[in-house]
Amino acid sequence: MEIRKGIGVSPGIAIAKGVVIDSKDYRIPRRSILDSQRDKEIQRARNAFAAAIRSLTEISSRKTIEEGKIKDIFAVHMRFLQDKTFRKRITDFIDKERVTAEYAVSAILREIASHFEGIDDPYISERAADIYDIEKRLLTHLLGKMREEMEHLREEVVVVAHDLTPTQTASFNKTFVKGFATEAGGRTSHTAIISKTMGIPAVVALGDMTSAVTAESLVIIDGNRGVVIIDPDEETLRQYRNYAQQISLFVHQLDELKDKPAQTKDDVRVQLLGNIEFPEESQAVADKGGEGIGLYRTEFLYLYGGAEPTEEDHYQAYAQAVKVFSRQPVVIRTMDLGADKLPQTIRQAPETNPVLGLRSIRYCLQNMGLFKTQLRAILRASVLGDVRVMFPLVTNLQELRQAKMILRDVMEDLDEYAVPYNAKMPVGIMIETPSSALTANHLAAECDFFSIGTNDLIQYTLAVDRGNEHVSLLFSAAEPAIVRILRSVIHDANKAGIGLSVCGEVASDPEYIMLLLGMGVRTLSLASPMIPEIKKIIRSVTIEQCNALARRVATLDSQRQIKNLLRDAISQILPETV
Amino acid sequence: MTDVVHEIEVEIRNIQGLHLRPAMQIIDLAGGFKSQITVSSDKDTADAKSIMQMMLLRATCGTKLKVRACGNDAKEALKAIQELVEEKHFDEPLPGLTA
Repeated sequence: MEIRKGIGVSPGIAIAKGVVIDSKDYRIPRRSILDSQRDKEIQRARNAFAAAIRSLTEISSRKTIEEGKIKDIFAVHMRFLQDKTFRKRITDFIDKERVTAEYAVSAILREIASHFEGIDDPYISERAADIYDIEKRLLTHLLGKMREEMEHLREEVVVVAHDLTPTQTASFNKTFVKGFATEAGGRTSHTAIISKTMGIPAVVALGDMTSAVTAESLVIIDGNRGVVIIDPDEETLRQYRNYAQQISLFVHQLDELKDKPAQTKDDVRVQLLGNIEFPEESQAVADKGGEGIGLYRTEFLYLYGGAEPTEEDHYQAYAQAVKVFSRQPVVIRTMDLGADKLPQTIRQAPETNPVLGLRSIRYCLQNMGLFKTQLRAILRASVLGDVRVMFPLVTNLQELRQAKMILRDVMEDLDEYAVPYNAKMPVGIMIETPSSALTANHLAAECDFFSIGTNDLIQYTLAVDRGNEHVSLLFSAAEPAIVRILRSVIHDANKAGIGLSVCGEVASDPEYIMLLLGMGVRTLSLASPMIPEIKKIIRSVTIEQCNALARRVATLDSQRQIKNLLRDAISQILPETV
Repeated sequence: MTDVVHEIEVEIRNIQGLHLRPAMQIIDLAGGFKSQITVSSDKDTADAKSIMQMMLLRATCGTKLKVRACGNDAKEALKAIQELVEEKHFDEPLPGLTA
């Protein structure tokens, strides 16, 4: 039994077989196999060789491959793949060391590459690079196979990985994935977001752990305590099964709130909307009592399949999401790709500082074709219900005006072809940069609503990389700077009389709900699994209590004091939530 | 008939040494002969028909290698390899010659 401590980013308990997902850009950790699995792993290695030879033959025969350097590289790779002594070295390694095929390939090729280190010759480093190329070629087949297997899962598993990319999670068969455990990541990493949306437990920032999980390991993921247990003993397993049962009982009790309004004890109505990534999730939002979609992240359209989505791809997805909420708001956020989320296929030359680079609305304003395709689909979907469009990462009025101008262009195009759309479709922006927050009064004059994206707003205001485990503890919404900036945005929006919601992680954090209400927020958008719990909090407090709390928070000057005050306030009202 | 082992010594002359492309040329050439052919540096011995082993010789420009062949076509094989390494130097640049 092995117990690892990390950061719990999505609550719940999962108990299932562990499946380790490797990434070919990352060092493959040593992973042991059982004696009985040796033949299977050796066969996997042989199959990878055969598949690599087939795909290389196919690529080399293409007309576009001219004579010259590239052809030579392919020819050399082919000789390597056909080298019996090389293949035997890998299969012997699996046999003797009892490791996975991936590890054997990686270890042997790295050993070969290491022979070229420390030799006084200017051409040596190129040879090592050639060897890594061959490693990649073989791993593509071994890990690609793994990805296919993840698409066709037939039993419940928990996924263990160094880190998960959107492209990886997009291909999982979600019916059978019961939890995530990753070595890297922080509270608001991709793994955290996807696990919350799926409503499955997840623990991140676990440090080295993929090597501890074998193909037969049973893994417990405790998202509440941020703990992962590999191969639990009988007693631990029994305790966790009980614990999981209690939690499902609690969730069941919360489900009874589904049809009751999100309303404070002194009758102030709060609107609870859902955040979704996939159109089919809008049903889950409705099932949990959500009153619409406050944030439809559309990035997954761009991440599936690798090719740019067509207008019809967009439209079908939006129509499906809107179908569940024909009379309630569905806020579609335009493409927010960039930084950590861009897939290889769309990525341009690597940026030195992608978080501050060409991403999101900036990318759209420079890639008009891609932007217009999405806007056309959103406009077409706007006649199906209360569809609203939202632009991410706006930093100034100029960008908002440009985006609106392009929207008007698209409307004129649609007019020409007599395609119906809602000419009064509300247009809003994410407030997620300090510059938009500080100029919110100007922006409010030219749009219909704001949605505060607290994850990015905190990252940019505090200058903390939320995915970096070394500094992620500094990432906190309870910093006085964040409280002040939120208060100012809320004030500007309410003064202008435009719509306002909060759609970041803070909106689903029990400790922050009273503060947000006290500062004047009346709409929250959050991952559907958290809706019942947040509704319970709203139904247990009065606006008077919230206002008083917000006034006291405004007088405090440290993150710790604010955090403690918020925690005390909610635990006095609902002791079981914190 | 007992096979006699024939042996020659060759020197790597091209500036980049025995990197992947020249290694490929040797194994392709060696593969055309029935003889068993080995190539040795002062440290290691490699099968001339295995690209991995040839690479691991780490032969740089100026390295002297012993080539041994055993079989009916051993002499022809050695002659061809000598020609490839020393006369054609893998069709690659020699040191001191700027392009």
